Amino acid sequence: MSQLTDLTIAAARDGLAQGEFSARELADSHLAAMEAARALNAFVTETPERALEMAEASDARRTKGEALPLDGIPLAIKDLYCTEGVMTTAGSHILDGFRPPYESTVTGQLWRDGAVMLGKTNMDEFAMGSANVTSHYGPVESPWRREGDNCALVPGGSSGGSAAAVAARIALGATGTDTGGSIRQPASFTGIVGLKPTYGRCSRWGIVAFASSLDQAGPMTRTVRDSALMLRSMAGHDPKDLTSVDRPVPDYEAALTGDIRGLRIGIPAEYRMDGMPEEIEALWRQGEDWLTAAGAECVPISLAHTKYALAAYYIVAPAEASSNLARYDGVRYGLRLPGDSIDAMYEATRGKGFGAEVRRRVMIGTYVLSAGYYDAYYLKAQKVRSLILKDFTDAFEDVDVILAPTAPSAAFAIGEKEDDPIAMYLNDVFTVPASMAGLPGISVPAGLSGEGLPLGLQLIGRPFDEETVLRAAGVLEDAAGFDARPPALTGL
Amino acid sequence: MALDREAIAHIAKLARIRVPEAELDALAGELSTIISWVEQLDEVDTDLVEPMTSVVAQRLKQRPDKVTDGGYPEKILANAPDPVAAYFAVPKVME
Repeated sequence: MSQLTDLTIAAARDGLAQGEFSARELADSHLAAMEAARALNAFVTETPERALEMAEASDARRTKGEALPLDGIPLAIKDLYCTEGVMTTAGSHILDGFRPPYESTVTGQLWRDGAVMLGKTNMDEFAMGSANVTSHYGPVESPWRREGDNCALVPGGSSGGSAAAVAARIALGATGTDTGGSIRQPASFTGIVGLKPTYGRCSRWGIVAFASSLDQAGPMTRTVRDSALMLRSMAGHDPKDLTSVDRPVPDYEAALTGDIRGLRIGIPAEYRMDGMPEEIEALWRQGEDWLTAAGAECVPISLAHTKYALAAYYIVAPAEASSNLARYDGVRYGLRLPGDSIDAMYEATRGKGFGAEVRRRVMIGTYVLSAGYYDAYYLKAQKVRSLILKDFTDAFEDVDVILAPTAPSAAFAIGEKEDDPIAMYLNDVFTVPASMAGLPGISVPAGLSGEGLPLGLQLIGRPFDEETVLRAAGVLEDAAGFDARPPALTGL
Repeated sequence: MALDREAIAHIAKLARIRVPEAELDALAGELSTIISWVEQLDEVDTDLVEPMTSVVAQRLKQRPDKVTDGGYPEKILANAPDPVAAYFAVPKVME
């Protein structure tokens, strides 16, 4: 039955509809894969009982002729999404034992549409990281290896467990969240598709907050079509999150026409950075050629403030994080350490409960928001952010979608870059600008590095134009024909 | 701007995070590096630029100011590390 884990969501949907297999069989094979791949540490919590219960309910619906859009599709859920009665940790010690008494809107919509939960995936603590090495529950290992080398590699981050689970064929798809690249960069590192929708496309309600003006939920899948299918269920207005927009959710799958004739693709000069590996630049040019061959027109554009996006991000995101994470005070949930006074209790709890990277960012955020520094740092960064958005808005007067690399390198080894925060932050240099502008972006696996590791290309679109992004991504995916598999799976 | 031990201890106090004495110097180095790096924004002329207040142009909806949820203290308290009866409990704040 192992081949059931190799299906796409679209193929599984069709197979279930035609009665070739049951949701129960699909769940069983994925649960077996999850157990067999425990060494990856992709899951913080496995929920096999819930998976079987949901799968059986799905089969019962289908028997009655009441099948739902994602009925019986086994998914992994990033441990940033609150799931009712199921431990939710955000990868942090400070949420020890937290069992939300409510369900996040996005996961609630996936279950409404019949999907099956396999478990909660490991992640960087509070989604702060680009390698999934800051989790309290330990690093996640990518199922990929460099050619001729068995050294364990990072899956990227912060949605590293979700990326590893999808790449290793443990789940047909997974939810991620993207604040500065946390869906797209791990998708690039693990050879899968990751879509960050427009800010406001999905509700943030019930998703543990990191930086509220940037956080956005999105799908991680093995194909562009599968991301379109998942997004349709995940997106939509939610009265509980007023920043979620009230506009209709299109049938994203219908946007995958394969026809991009006449589409104008922007190639931003500023993304060609000093020291960028030649193989990344070559892949980017190859992407241009593929889209041109399909009838699109690639034109050079300028996004002049690109080089400042990362620095502005490392003011805005920590500032918002320092406010959001103030709620972890040892009073209402999670970890609590004793103290003689209320401040001593707060300080002890937060000193013990936050890991090094979270502590660093909360302190940076506290500093840039503190009296006397607010204008120099936070206000300045929000002004630069306006300029970054204006660059994109101007560019989209002329082009329909922008093509760029997803990440400046392939995956690296666990342990690398850990003693240099800025080197780690540079992983997100190509993903942060679109995040700062709230734009939709997708990473599509497009090729392999010289060492045999996946490399992604990124497409960025206009606000709420996920359809054009998906359509162009579908063409890129077909042209690239990426069919490499993590070495551990080649025997399947 | 370089941050020294005292500055770090002050920020830690503001953030309500206990930082062991032995870690103050290392943290001062790390935070100073990051702060100096973000100061590259000073190169950008923003004199005539409005700060961003909303990333996506939209008018926030309004809703009636009504209670729509609640009435289940046991659920609210279910995760509390140290509840007392139907209350969250904290160390004594006032004498």
